[in-house]
Amino acid sequence: MKTTEFIEVPRLCEEYKIEHSFVTELQDKGVIEVITIEQRLFLHHDYIPVFEKVMRLYRDLHINVEGIDVILNLLDKIDDLNKQLSKTQNRLHLYE
Amino acid sequence: MAYIDYYKILGLDKTATDAEIKKAYRKLARKYHPDVNPGDAEAEEKFKELNEANEVLSNPENRKKYDKYGKDWQHAEAYEQAEKQRSQYANAGGGRAQYSGGYDQEDFSDFFSSMFGGAGGGGGFRGGGRQAQFRGQDFNATLSLDLRDVYEKHKRTLTINGKNIRLTIPAGVENGQTIKIKGYGGEGVNGGPKGDLFLEFAINNTSAFKRDGANLYKTQPLDLYTAILGGELLVETFDGSVKLKVTPETPNGKQVKLKGKGFPVYKKEGQFGDLYITYDIQMPTNLSAREKELFQELSKIRS
Repeated sequence: MKTTEFIEVPRLCEEYKIEHSFVTELQDKGVIEVITIEQRLFLHHDYIPVFEKVMRLYRDLHINVEGIDVILNLLDKIDDLNKQLSKTQNRLHLYE
Repeated sequence: MAYIDYYKILGLDKTATDAEIKKAYRKLARKYHPDVNPGDAEAEEKFKELNEANEVLSNPENRKKYDKYGKDWQHAEAYEQAEKQRSQYANAGGGRAQYSGGYDQEDFSDFFSSMFGGAGGGGGFRGGGRQAQFRGQDFNATLSLDLRDVYEKHKRTLTINGKNIRLTIPAGVENGQTIKIKGYGGEGVNGGPKGDLFLEFAINNTSAFKRDGANLYKTQPLDLYTAILGGELLVETFDGSVKLKVTPETPNGKQVKLKGKGFPVYKKEGQFGDLYITYDIQMPTNLSAREKELFQELSKIRS
C-alpha cells in the first residue's frame, strides 16, 4: 500500500479548513472510510471526490451528515438508473 | 449584453426582505446545486444565475446600486464616476463595494462584471474565495466516434483544456458509456492529487447493422425463389462477407445466428458477440403473364 495514495486526516482538515470531529462523524456514519496506518488516520485519494462533494453539500446547502448520506445514496441510485436508461435506449434502436 | 432581472431569478419582487432573499436563494440552490444534478448543464447554468443573483441582492451595497440603476445599468458607470468625483472633492474618496463570493469571477455574467466588477468602475469584485480545494478539478469531455472506429482498439490524440492527451480507445465501447481516465484532470493544489477525466462516448451508427452490446443485427433481403427452394447467399458481415446456406422453405422473418461475427466484447480481447441475420423475403413484382399463369397453377395444386 503506497502512502502517496493517501492523505493524512490532520492535513485533510487543514486543507479543507474543517474540524477533525467532522471527519470522525463522516466516518462513524459510514459516509467516508478512513483507514489507520501505524496509528495514523488516512483518507485514500479515491475518496477525495466524495469527500469534496460532502463538503460542498455541507457548506453550500447546509445539509447535515445524515442528509448528505441520503443524498449520496440517492445519487448512486440515479447513476444506476441512468446507466440502465442508456442501455435501454441503445436497445430501442433495434426496433427503429 | 442584456439586463438581468435578479429578482425574477429568485422568484421575488423588489420589495423582498433580506430574509426572503436568503430563503428563496437557499431553496433554489438546493434544487439546482450541481452536486445534486450531475451532468445537467441546465441546472448548472441556473445555479450560477442563482449565485449571481444572491451575490447582488444579499449585499446591501450591491442591491442598492442594482435597484438604483436597474435597466439603465449601462449608464451606471458614468453616474458612479461623476458621483465619485463629486465626493472626492467633498470627502476622502469613493468607497468601493467589496465582497468575496464563493465562486470565481468567470462564473458571473458580463452584465454582473460590467456593473460590479468592470475595470475602473465604482464596484470592485474580489474573486477567489472558492472553498479550499486540494484535489484537481475533474474534466468532462464527449468523444464522438463512428461505430466502425470502435470495432478495433486504437490510439487517438484528444485535446482537453489545451493539452494533448494520447489515449487508447478499447474496442467495443458502447454509445453513452463513460470511462474515467485517472489523473488526466486539473492539477491539484498544495500537492493534492490531480483530478480525473471523464470521457463519454457518443457512437454514431450509420451502418446497416443494429447493435445491442456485442451482438449485431441485420435484416437481409432474400428472394422468394431462394427462400422456397433453398440455395446460397452472400451476406456482408461487419468485417467482410460470408456465404450462407439457405434451407428450402425458409419462412419470412427467420433469424439465423452467425456465432462470433458480431462486435468485439468490451475489454475482452479476441471475444466477439454474434451476428443475427433476419430474412426479409422479397415478393416478385411486375409479374409477366406467364409468371401469373404459373402461380395460378401452383395455387390450384395447393387448393
